[in-house]
Amino acid sequence: MPDIRTILATDCGSTTTKAILIEKQGDEYRLVVRGEAPTTVESPFDDVTVGVMNAVREVEELAGRRILVADGGTRGQGDAGSAIQMPSKDGAGVDMYLSTSSAGGGLQMTVAGVVMSMSAESAERAALGAGAIIIDVLAVDDGRKEYEKVQRIRELRPDMILVSGGTDGGTVTHLVEIGEMLVSADPKPRLGIGVRLPVIYAGNKDAADAVRQVVGERVDLKVVDNLRPRIDRENLYPAREAIHELFLQHVMQQAPGYGKLSSWTSVGIMSTPNAVGKIIQTIADKERINVLAVDIGGATTDVFSVFAGNFTRTVSANLGMSYSICNVLAEAGIQNIRRWIPFEIDEWQLRNQLRNKMIRPTTIPQTLRDLYVEQAVSREALRLAFIHHKSLARELKGVMQTRTISDALSQGTTGKTLVHLMDLDMIVGSGGVLSHAPKRAQSALMMLDAYQPEGITMLAVDSIFMMPQLGILSEVMPEAALQVFDRDCLIKLGTAISPVGTGKEGRMAVTVTLDGGKHEIPFGTVKVIPLAGGEKKTVEIVPVGGFDVGAGKGRSRTVEVEGGVVGLIIDARGRPLNLPPDDETRIRKLKEWLSALGLDQAG
Amino acid sequence: MGTAYTPGLKVTPRTTVQKTRRLPLKGQVTVQLGDLVQPETVVARTELPGIMQTVRVAERLSIEASDVPPLLKVSVGDHVERGTVVAENKSFFGLLTNQVKSPVEGVVELFSPVSGHLGIRLTPSPVEVDAYIQGKVTEVIPEEGVVIQTSGALVQGIFGVGGERLGELKIIVGGPDEVVDEDRITEDLAGKVAVGGSNITGPALKKAAGFGVAGIVVGGIIDKDLIEYLGHDIGVAITGQEKIPTTLIVTEGFGVMRMAHRTYDLLKSLEGKRASINGATQIRAGVIRPEIIVPTAEEITTSAGPDEQSLDVGTRIRVIREPYFGILGEVTALPPEPVLVESGSKVRILEAELETGEKVSVPRANVEIIQE
Repeated sequence: MPDIRTILATDCGSTTTKAILIEKQGDEYRLVVRGEAPTTVESPFDDVTVGVMNAVREVEELAGRRILVADGGTRGQGDAGSAIQMPSKDGAGVDMYLSTSSAGGGLQMTVAGVVMSMSAESAERAALGAGAIIIDVLAVDDGRKEYEKVQRIRELRPDMILVSGGTDGGTVTHLVEIGEMLVSADPKPRLGIGVRLPVIYAGNKDAADAVRQVVGERVDLKVVDNLRPRIDRENLYPAREAIHELFLQHVMQQAPGYGKLSSWTSVGIMSTPNAVGKIIQTIADKERINVLAVDIGGATTDVFSVFAGNFTRTVSANLGMSYSICNVLAEAGIQNIRRWIPFEIDEWQLRNQLRNKMIRPTTIPQTLRDLYVEQAVSREALRLAFIHHKSLARELKGVMQTRTISDALSQGTTGKTLVHLMDLDMIVGSGGVLSHAPKRAQSALMMLDAYQPEGITMLAVDSIFMMPQLGILSEVMPEAALQVFDRDCLIKLGTAISPVGTGKEGRMAVTVTLDGGKHEIPFGTVKVIPLAGGEKKTVEIVPVGGFDVGAGKGRSRTVEVEGGVVGLIIDARGRPLNLPPDDETRIRKLKEWLSALGLDQAG
Repeated sequence: MGTAYTPGLKVTPRTTVQKTRRLPLKGQVTVQLGDLVQPETVVARTELPGIMQTVRVAERLSIEASDVPPLLKVSVGDHVERGTVVAENKSFFGLLTNQVKSPVEGVVELFSPVSGHLGIRLTPSPVEVDAYIQGKVTEVIPEEGVVIQTSGALVQGIFGVGGERLGELKIIVGGPDEVVDEDRITEDLAGKVAVGGSNITGPALKKAAGFGVAGIVVGGIIDKDLIEYLGHDIGVAITGQEKIPTTLIVTEGFGVMRMAHRTYDLLKSLEGKRASINGATQIRAGVIRPEIIVPTAEEITTSAGPDEQSLDVGTRIRVIREPYFGILGEVTALPPEPVLVESGSKVRILEAELETGEKVSVPRANVEIIQE
C-alpha cells in the first residue's frame, strides 16, 4: 500500500453528513478535525454528494487545508471526475477517501424460516448483521394462521425477504410452503411500482429448485448457501453479503448521487451499522475483551456486542429519543419512565410532553428538569433495546452438546444468552443523548442504570460519533483505526465496580482500597473515587458476605483499574437494582446518587 | 441572521397546491391533461390481485403429493366457482368417492408437485384513486396517476389521525381558546369539518364520530383522549391509515393549546366553503403534515413560499418547547456565540420578547417561525 498520510472519511446519515480528517503525526494516526452539513438526498438537491462537499468544506476551513479539487469543487450532477483531490500533494488533497451511509431510511426486511427458534432466528441474525431493520419474522411454527401470515406479508411491503429453513438434506415441503405463501401474498416492495421484490433464498439447498419453480418470475429470487446447513452450524456470511449487495443497490436507488459518490471513494461504501459493527469487533479482537456498544438515535437504537468472539448486532427499530420516543413510552409504560425522574411530575403532563417531543423532534431541553425527563426516557430505551439484544445474542438452539455429568445435573439448555454482564469488560455509548450529555457523569449514570453492569466494567462514550468512519477504515487500515479510536474517539468515563447482590440499606456492601486509602461503601449508595483518564491503579475490592464482584460471593479481587473523566465509580446499589417503590424515598435516593456523581439536582 | 430548525407550518390564504395522485400498482389513468376535476373525480383505477388460496389436495385425500396429478379435475388457468370439484379420488373398489372442492371463486394459478397443493387466486378487487382536491390535471404519469394543481388556502397542522375527507368548514367555538365539549357537537355537523379552539374533549370526539362528522380541527388534544378515540397507543408518528370515522387535525400540539390566531382567523374566513382535509402525518423520512385545503376561484401563480426560513431581529416566532411552550414572541437579538443554558448544554440561542411581555433566551432549535 502506498504511504497513506491523510485520510478523509464521511458518514452520510439520514439527517447529517459528517466528515473527519485523519493525519499521520509522527508514528501514529490522529483525528485532526470534524465537519458536518445537512444530508442532501431529498429535493431540491437530490444529490448526496452536495452534502458531502459541504461537510468537506467545513473540514477544509477548520483544518486550513484544501481537500476538494482546485476548481472549487462545485460539482453538479453529471459532472465527471471526483471532487476530492487524491492523492495529496503540496499540502492539499488526501491520500484516501472512505464513506459510510445510512441514508435512504434503512433496509427493511422480512425474514421467513421453518422453525422460529432455529432457522428463522439464524436468518434474523444474518439480516441484522448485514445492517437491516427486521419488520417481521415469520415461521411455519410461529402460531399464526396461514392467511394471517399472507396478509402480513402483503401489508408490510419490505424492501426484501430472506427465506431460510431446513438443514441441507432436510425438509423440502416446508420450504415449498413458504414459497407458496409468498406467491399467495404476491408482495410488492416498498419502493417502486412494477419492481419485483428481491427474495434471498438461504435454506436447504435441496429445496432451492422446488422453491424456484413455485415462485417463478413473481419475485427476483437469488439463491445463496444455506445459512443453517447443519443444526449445529450457522453460515451467515453468504446471506449477509447478498443482503449487503442488495442493500447498496437499494441505497443507490433511494439516495441520488450514490453512484457518483462511489466513484470518488477508495473502497466501496459501507452501511453505517455494518461499519460500527466492524470497529467494535476490531476493538474486541485486539484488546481481547467483551464489549457492548450502543448507538441510541432519534428513531432507532443499535446494540452491538462481542462476547467470547461472538459478534451480534440488533436494531430496535422502534426505540429512539425523538421520532420513536412515544414507542418507548408505549413499550416501557409511563411508570417505568417516571421512576427515573428525580422530582414530582404529573403523569399526564409527562405524557403530553413526550408526545410534543415526538411531533417536534428537533427541539432540545432548555431546562434541567426537561433534560432529566429525556434522560429518564433514554434509560428505558437502552434497557428495552438491551433485553431485545440479549434474546438474540444466544447460543444455537437445537444443538446436542456433549455433556459432562455436572452439565447434565445442572440441566442447562442451549439457546442461552451469550451476554454475561459479569464478563463484560467495556460499554461504549453513542448517540446524542449519551455522547452529548452536558455532563459526562450523566452518561455514566444512564448506562449504569440501564445496563446494570456487574463486576468490573469500563464505561466510555464515543465523543463525536465517528465510529462508522473508523469502522470502514478498520477494513483497510486496522491499526490506524484503532489508534484514532483509542486516542480521539473514545472518551473513557471510568471503571465501574458493581457488586452483585442485595443487602440492607446503609449496611456495608464493599470495601475498596487503593493507594493505601480504604473506602467503605454502604449498600444503596454510589461513590466516586477520583482517578483521572489514563491513570491506572491496582485496587483491592472486598465485598461483604453475599456480594460478588466476579470472584464469587464474599471473595475479594485485586485488579488494575483505569480512570476516566468521571473517575472510579463504586455502584453499591445492588444487582438487580431495585428502586424504592414510594415516590418520596425514590426521589430522595435519585437525588443522592446525582450528588454522588457531582450532578445538579433539578428543582 | 440565523436558521430555525423547525420550519413553520404553512398557514396561508393564497397559494398554489399540487397533489400527486398515484395508484399502488400499474393501472389506467381515467382523466386527461388539462381536465378540471372535483375531489370525488376518479383519476386512475387498477385491480388489486386477490390473495391466493391454498388447497391442500394431498392432505385432504390422504395421498402422497406425487399421486395427485392424475386426480386433478382442473388445470392451471381454469376458472372455478366455490364448490367446484378440483380433485377426486375413488377408493374401496370405486364405491367411495373422495372429492376436494374449491372453497372460493377464482382462477387456478399453480399446482405444486412437491407439496401436492393447488393455488387458487381470488378475484381481483378494484382500486380507485380520486382527485382529493378540486383543480386541474397538470401532469399525467402514464399507467400510474396524475398531478393536480389548485389555488386557494392551505393550513397545515402539527399532527393528525385519519385519512382524506371532504366537508364544509364550520366554526363551532367563539374564539381560539375555547374548548369543544359535548354540547358543541350537534347532528347537523354530520359530513362537515368542524373547527374548534384549544381542545376537544374525549366525549365530544366520540360524539362527533357517532354523528359522522367528517373532520375536527383544534389547537390541542390530550394524550389519553386520543388513545381512547383510536383504541390504541401511538408509537411512531406515522398516521393516516386509522380506521376512524372522523379525521382529527391538531394545529398546536398535545394538551390544551390555544389555536394560533392566524390559523383560527383564516379558517373562520373560509367558513361555509368545501375543504379537502387529510390527517396523515409522518415526521421523518419525507415529512408529511396534516392539512386543510380550500380551493378558491382565484388563479395564483406563486407557491406558499420557501421551506427554509431565516431568523432575523423582528421575526415573529412561537416557542415549541418548555418552559415557554406555545407562547408567541418576537426576536430581539441573535447572539452568534453558543451560550450555556440551564440544562448544561451550550447552544445557539435567540433573545425574544414574548407576548406576555417577558424577555427570554431560547435555544434556536426550540422556536418555529410564524409565516406571514
